Amino acid sequence: MNLPRTNALEAVLRPLGQLLLFVTGSSVAVSLVVIAAAYLLRGTRTDMDLVQITYVLLPQVLIDGITLGFVYATIALGYTMVYGVLEFINFAHGEIFMFGAFAGVEILIFMRLRGMLTDIGDITALAYVVLAVLTGMVVSGLLAVSVERVAYRPLRGSPRLIPLISAIGVSFFLQDTMRFLQSSINGDFYRSFPTFGPFTQRFTLFTVDLDGRALDVAIQYKAIIMIVVALMMLVGLNYLVNATKVGKAIRAVAQDQRTAGLMGINVNAIIAITFLVGGALGGAAGALFAFRFTRVDPFVGFLPGLKAFTAAVLGGIGNITGAMLGGIVLGLLESFAASYLSIFTRGAFGAEYKDIFAFAILIAILIFKPSGLLGQTVGQKA
Amino acid sequence: MTASTAPSGLLHSLWHRLTHSPIWPVLVLLYIAGTTYLVTTAPRALQWRVLFLAGLLFIYYMPQRPVIKLAYAGVVLGILVPFLGISNPFLLEIGFQICVFATLALGLNIVVGFAGLLDLGYIAFYAVGAYLWAFYGSQQLYNLNSVAGAQQVRPDFPFDANLFWLFLFLGIGVSAITGILLGTPVLRLRGDYLAIVTLGFGEVIRVLANNLDKPINLTNGPQGITPIQRPELPGFLTSPAMLEWLSGIARRNVSVGDIYGFFFYGLALVILIVTIVVAKRLEDSKLGRAWTAIREDETAAIAMGIPLVRTKLAAFAIGASFSGAMGVVFAANRTFVSPETFSLIASISVLVMVILGGLGSIPGVIMGAAVVTLLNIDFLQTLSLELSRLRQGTGVIPILGIPWSQLPNQLDPARYQRLVFGLILIIMMIFRPEGIIPSQRRKMEMHEHEEAEARA
Repeated sequence: MNLPRTNALEAVLRPLGQLLLFVTGSSVAVSLVVIAAAYLLRGTRTDMDLVQITYVLLPQVLIDGITLGFVYATIALGYTMVYGVLEFINFAHGEIFMFGAFAGVEILIFMRLRGMLTDIGDITALAYVVLAVLTGMVVSGLLAVSVERVAYRPLRGSPRLIPLISAIGVSFFLQDTMRFLQSSINGDFYRSFPTFGPFTQRFTLFTVDLDGRALDVAIQYKAIIMIVVALMMLVGLNYLVNATKVGKAIRAVAQDQRTAGLMGINVNAIIAITFLVGGALGGAAGALFAFRFTRVDPFVGFLPGLKAFTAAVLGGIGNITGAMLGGIVLGLLESFAASYLSIFTRGAFGAEYKDIFAFAILIAILIFKPSGLLGQTVGQKA
Repeated sequence: MTASTAPSGLLHSLWHRLTHSPIWPVLVLLYIAGTTYLVTTAPRALQWRVLFLAGLLFIYYMPQRPVIKLAYAGVVLGILVPFLGISNPFLLEIGFQICVFATLALGLNIVVGFAGLLDLGYIAFYAVGAYLWAFYGSQQLYNLNSVAGAQQVRPDFPFDANLFWLFLFLGIGVSAITGILLGTPVLRLRGDYLAIVTLGFGEVIRVLANNLDKPINLTNGPQGITPIQRPELPGFLTSPAMLEWLSGIARRNVSVGDIYGFFFYGLALVILIVTIVVAKRLEDSKLGRAWTAIREDETAAIAMGIPLVRTKLAAFAIGASFSGAMGVVFAANRTFVSPETFSLIASISVLVMVILGGLGSIPGVIMGAAVVTLLNIDFLQTLSLELSRLRQGTGVIPILGIPWSQLPNQLDPARYQRLVFGLILIIMMIFRPEGIIPSQRRKMEMHEHEEAEARA
């Protein structure tokens, strides 16, 4: 993980600055690539002006990509924390995310049944969303700790593949457990995030003039809330890891478990805390995901989990800032692929290929720069 | 086995007498005869089917010379199963599926068990084989430019059905090449990264199968390709006289489709036997020892002059080729392939088979394949049927006091494969990572750290 840094203000501000830089940098880079491609391919389509349509779509695609990127980034942090400390891919992290999503949805459904979601002010509505996120964090955090206790701790020190296979087992087990719970209680296995508050309203950033038609470029309040909540998570985590005593202990355990233990650090407790924090971040991301995409089902965590892992690897696994960067880059790329691939290839390849995109990036990164964008090359731990 | 460690003297001679007495072969013979009779009396009963197949396990553990064991197994698989299959085609279907999955599991065992490379997208190679014959053995070549679902049905096929035999071998080659193509970039990666990348690759193949109905209709998208040709059978097998004779034995109407049931069971069994021989020979070969070396310590293996990437690629290619051949057989057997069959859960099923039986252990893996396949297509289905029967009745759930009829439809045991597989994986890893029938070497490896702790 990062080098020791104890200045609290710096620990909070530095990642914020870096993040701003990343978001702008990667947005500009991806946009430039797409615009260049539009100019190159201009001649291939006669039914529409590729360049014009690219410009028109661009702001919305960017906003969607950044929002998605923040969700991926928040999930990726959970992978990276655990990997940093244990050198272990927590395959079940996607399912921990899914439990968080369900927890957030369930508490709001419960409140709706009590009639608490009708006729409420904007501030109350916002507070309820935050409540859902907090519920998701608590449920997922506790779940992650219990999973570690039951399925991973007994396997510490075994050959590498053993805990990984156990984690795959946990992942499938949790999917069907949630399916079982939902089916036996509700009769069906998916749930929807209740609609309330002003979140679907749009906030117009600016208006473009397109052949005399005015086109609004707008951002949903939802997206703003998501970005702000995710930012708070990232800053909070950076503060925890870089400026507190617990954070110091986490970094010590990550560096050398045995020596950390000799220095009086309770290694088991620190590993449990790592899972708690990682799981809580996953849960928050889950609740935000449900807030954004409304429908949740027991299998909703799988693909985002995989992509977040890709993001963590992309940024340099074990590196917190890297995970955020990876998440945002991946979110942007996916959003761009989903919107532009179909237009550029005349419908031959559509948004269905966006998942392949993520894997292609993963493979490319692992081959050409396995340490990721920000990771240092570290030898395998003995 | 334990015989070698038995104490000497009186006990030893007793042990010797016990294991060499002719009573065991006789007992096993009686057991097989008994269960065979039970299966004929109640063809639908799951418990007799399982007991009958468990006879193979007894044969394996029977303290006798391999020749005698092989003869026993040959009688059960070569004579009894087809004989019972005349009146009970479901048994043949189970036999076919067990053979198919045992071959897949043996292939994965080469990759995971022998070479220690965790491959979570193994089913992709099976898909390659299946789509290979699906594409050339159906009318898909005529439909390259038509939208999925809009193609016309034609009486003729572009290729002769008997090219199936050629494609059986092409399937081996094409999936081996796919294995090499996938392996070349990713085999440099460390174990856990490799797992995720292969998982991604498995998904990529599925997404491609789902979406390559445009711009050129190669796979017919989610609807899948059908009909796919089956190879022609020798005339006398499908002649009316033969069918009539079999119908007489079975006391039911035996159709040409049933004859194909025998054919595919036999074919899958032959491929499985070839696979077992190949896997066994590989395990003891120079290449097999190189795999073990890489699995146990990559750095030391390189120092010993083992070409790392080439050896790993060989494992990938050989493992893939087994499942490629079975993919071709599967496409012909089902006359239909669709992307659904090749989902992640299928890859995980095969992995569960390998882990349950014992990583690196050939008999273990075959047993694991049999258990998981029975669980998948027989046990969970029977449970579901039983449950839906209860749901239609007026009974009440014992402890909860809720009527069965109010149980939600979603609680269908056949849909909870993931729960069962997940539990198997976790429990095996915690309590018995070497599997039920472990290979000796693996057993030592898995408990290395415990011994080290005990010594310290």
